[in-house]
Amino acid sequence: MRYVDEYRREEDAQAFLGAIRRRVTRPWTLMEICGGQTHTLVKFGIDRMLPEGITMVHGPGCPVCVTPLEMIDRAVAIARRPGVTFTSFGDMLRVPGSDTDLLSVKASGGDVRIVYSPLDAVTLARSHPDREVVFFAVGFETTAPANAMAVWRAHQLGLENFSMLVSHVLVPPAMEAILGAPDNRVQAFLAAGHVCAVMGYREYEPLAERYRVPMVVTGFEPLDLLQGIHMAVEMLEEGRWGVENQYARAVDRMGNRPAQELVSRVFEITDRAWRGIGEIPVSGLALRDEFAAHDALTRFAVEGIEADEPAECHAGEVLRGLMKPYDCPAFGTRCTPERPLGAPMVSSEGACAAYFHYARTEA
Amino acid sequence: MCLGVPGKVVEVLESPVGMTMGRVSFSGIVKEVCLAYTPDVRPGEWVVVHVGFAISRIDEDEATRVFDYLEEMNELDEIHIPQPEAGLPGPPPPSRTGEGRPPRGPLAGPPPEPPLTAGGGS
Repeated sequence: MRYVDEYRREEDAQAFLGAIRRRVTRPWTLMEICGGQTHTLVKFGIDRMLPEGITMVHGPGCPVCVTPLEMIDRAVAIARRPGVTFTSFGDMLRVPGSDTDLLSVKASGGDVRIVYSPLDAVTLARSHPDREVVFFAVGFETTAPANAMAVWRAHQLGLENFSMLVSHVLVPPAMEAILGAPDNRVQAFLAAGHVCAVMGYREYEPLAERYRVPMVVTGFEPLDLLQGIHMAVEMLEEGRWGVENQYARAVDRMGNRPAQELVSRVFEITDRAWRGIGEIPVSGLALRDEFAAHDALTRFAVEGIEADEPAECHAGEVLRGLMKPYDCPAFGTRCTPERPLGAPMVSSEGACAAYFHYARTEA
Repeated sequence: MCLGVPGKVVEVLESPVGMTMGRVSFSGIVKEVCLAYTPDVRPGEWVVVHVGFAISRIDEDEATRVFDYLEEMNELDEIHIPQPEAGLPGPPPPSRTGEGRPPRGPLAGPPPEPPLTAGGGS
């Protein structure tokens, strides 16, 4: 096994599609949470091969996309300072802030660097004690253990020149916000496999119960998605709800305990604003007071920076599954990956970018 | 961003500072990965790696469950729908051990270049 190619065989995919087709008796709307799953669906054309009654709407599971505008502006403000080395995953560099993006800061002489892992930023801080090294910590539960370890290491090593601009978000509160919205049309969820690899799926059980909605923890390869859809459709057709696990090769109910322990040692739960959605209570992570010295927000006094979302970008509707990217008047014209209006067109997990790259200009 | 890549652990490097590192092979490309969150993993086992951290050990037995599910589903369908399905051509499924499978699945991938230029959004 290589755990990739085996899950991409056409005859197996066709068998799943046939089984889904035979099982469906009425229309259903499913949401895949994670942007990585959106890309698999669109890249392999799975959404178009599903029976007509099955509608896949794309969820908010793209951390770059849901990072609020003011957080980008704060990052830009820090990165512009002399003496600062600003580090980030590559996806964030082209996300437009109110005036500019991080890539432009770099082009005009700012020391902005792409790192592969937050530990690379710690290494930079260690080897450049004369620089203020800041890491832009954006992500869901999947990325939180890596970022927690970076802070923990910096703390252990006494690196006073390392700090983190934290914009961490949590999936279950966002799912609840979607389910509780009066205009919600999602009837079942494919939960994000790698989020659950870290957190397990106990948190989803009360949610599935309260809203009587099926949730299937699902992986990222084509057969994973197809099996996840089949499992969800079966629950819908049988009138069942609850949480089932398609991605058992990487996920168990309890999740990764050592990872959860360090995350809660370093971070605490906080309210957080989501781009296009607004503030969701207890939906994010912030550094605990003990690690306040490593918090870039206070260290560089950028909490006061606030911003309004641009009116022309419909990211909020796209992120809540109320609008398809091609329904946006700016899609592919005034908004492209080269000149994006909003983050979903930039990120490798953004729904708008997926539709653009795979030429989805209409339904 | 929650991209997780399966890789095979080549070597576990015990660290004196309490952060276990290891070398993990991704189709032959070997990278250093933090194994602190999968403390029991041994060389030869597979992990899901995200931003330089192993976040989960891959369970080999569970990994073939998708194919068992497919077979069970087909058997059930044969009971309910006795006539052969037109949508299911091709030979019977091959063995599920994973060895000897073709290196690339034939499921259609994306077009090579994004052909969309200006003028979309209709």
